[in-house]
Amino acid sequence: MSQAVMTTPARPRIHARRAGFIRDVLSVAMRALRGIPRDPEAIYPALIIPVFFYAINIGALQDVAERIPGVDYKAFQLPVGIIFAVTGVSRAVTMVTDIQTGYFDRLSLTPINRLAMLLGFTVADFVLVMTLTLPVVVLGLVVGVRFESGALGLMLFVLLSGLWGLAYTGFPYAIAFKTGNPAAVNSSFLLFFPFVFLTTVFVPLEAMTGWLATIAIFNPVTYLLDALRSLISVGWDFEALIKGVGAIALVGSLSGAFALAALRGRTRRR
Amino acid sequence: MEYAVQTQRIGRTFGEVQAVDAIDLNIPKGEIYGFLGPNGAGKTTLVRMLITLLLPTSGSATVAGCDVVSEANDVRLSIGAALQDAALDLKQTGRELLRLQGRLYGLNRRELDTRLDELAGLVDIGDALDRFIGTYSGGMKRRLDLAASLIHNPEVLFLDEPTTGLDPISRARVWEEVQRINEELSVTIFLTTQYLEEADALADRVGIISQGRLMAEGTPNELKRSLGNDVIFVQVDGQADAAKAAVENIDGVVDVDSSGGEVIIQVVNGAAHISDVALALNERDVHVRELTLRTPTLDDVFLSVAGARMEHDAE
Repeated sequence: MSQAVMTTPARPRIHARRAGFIRDVLSVAMRALRGIPRDPEAIYPALIIPVFFYAINIGALQDVAERIPGVDYKAFQLPVGIIFAVTGVSRAVTMVTDIQTGYFDRLSLTPINRLAMLLGFTVADFVLVMTLTLPVVVLGLVVGVRFESGALGLMLFVLLSGLWGLAYTGFPYAIAFKTGNPAAVNSSFLLFFPFVFLTTVFVPLEAMTGWLATIAIFNPVTYLLDALRSLISVGWDFEALIKGVGAIALVGSLSGAFALAALRGRTRRR
Repeated sequence: MEYAVQTQRIGRTFGEVQAVDAIDLNIPKGEIYGFLGPNGAGKTTLVRMLITLLLPTSGSATVAGCDVVSEANDVRLSIGAALQDAALDLKQTGRELLRLQGRLYGLNRRELDTRLDELAGLVDIGDALDRFIGTYSGGMKRRLDLAASLIHNPEVLFLDEPTTGLDPISRARVWEEVQRINEELSVTIFLTTQYLEEADALADRVGIISQGRLMAEGTPNELKRSLGNDVIFVQVDGQADAAKAAVENIDGVVDVDSSGGEVIIQVVNGAAHISDVALALNERDVHVRELTLRTPTLDDVFLSVAGARMEHDAE
């Protein structure tokens, strides 16, 4: 009589393999997204400051500005509040912390795609800056700003703002990879001032004169503000929108190139 | 014999400084290899070359059969590493960190669950896995770091001073875990340490490094035996050279080394010659504070090959 022998099949040994680019990006992004609510001290100022400036600018300048016929200053200032909300907001300081603690090295020891180490963070940044636009937009709607381009225009308004925020994040990441120094990353905020103040932040380009007008013409933020304002005040002004997208693409290409070069430098073995 | 780590005259310079100088290693699969040396000896530089974080400036190396320069990605799939400071993200929970680590090594959800269950037991961290890492003690961080380096079942595990800064109890637990990982998983372990007792307790073989050069290599017992049968240890008041001169011609003395106020005398039969040593020192008016007979330690070996005592950070 034959005897049945029961055996437990050997479990295959779990072994490492490359996860693939998309999975690498998503893995890093999920970690960065989880970190956002755990880092409230980095988020609260970004929520409060733009609302504060929006309210202050309107309170201080609305009466004067609206003496110009056809100017709705609350609508004019809404994109400025948004730019304040999203410019320079990133997880680059977390990246620096990773570099300083050696966690970046730990990640570098895995077969992760090096580009995913940056892109994963920027996915989280995009979600973050889109979220940060909401308080200002809601405040604008509450004080009576209406979008001539309708609900779709409002969505495009938020999307363009988010893309601008994303385009700018390349600068802090470039500094983070290059220096590994949190103070240097925070100093990337200095770039914010010429971008945001040497432009049509308070008055339209036509009302500007002299050197400030010249600089504003070459400042990409001028065209971004025009595009955002057009969605509120004009409707669907495709020329303004194309110029706005072009401004985002220009700044994004520049900051992205810096960030990629710095990432290559950081991950290159010496 | 299959080797997990092989180096051929591997070297690394930083400007004018030769951090690692022409080191040859052949570490068979399944071995615990202890790389012993003081701070600044070149241990971490060698490890960083072997784990593909740093390029050698001379020589070559293979890890798990892959070249560390030209096949770095393949090396990374085969190794795990816990570096000198536990490299962790304090704002993640232990479970989140291990899952992220596993995902980056291509493990699917089922494999991750399996490995988390296995590792939680292996490195004894189960209860704390759902707490933020920032709340962990130093020992727990080390053990989590160890678990993270094992999540993908590596063939070769690099541990760079895994117990530096830990209290004695935490250190003993890490030792137990290292031995268990080696025995249960057959993982080859390359361990750097500045603690003699750690190398003695854990390593199948020990390499002694000083100023970037491999000075001696062998099992702890081989290294100790290389000094002779016994060691007479003499502590003197600032007359080490006089003491050395007094004893070096005594019958049975194989070698004499001195460092600071200490004299290490290697003798064939210590019990038979300790009185001769005491008399010789007395005749030269050397003021002896301590005179002991003992078997050699790795510290004696280090003194013999490097010409100085091991010094490491105070606990």
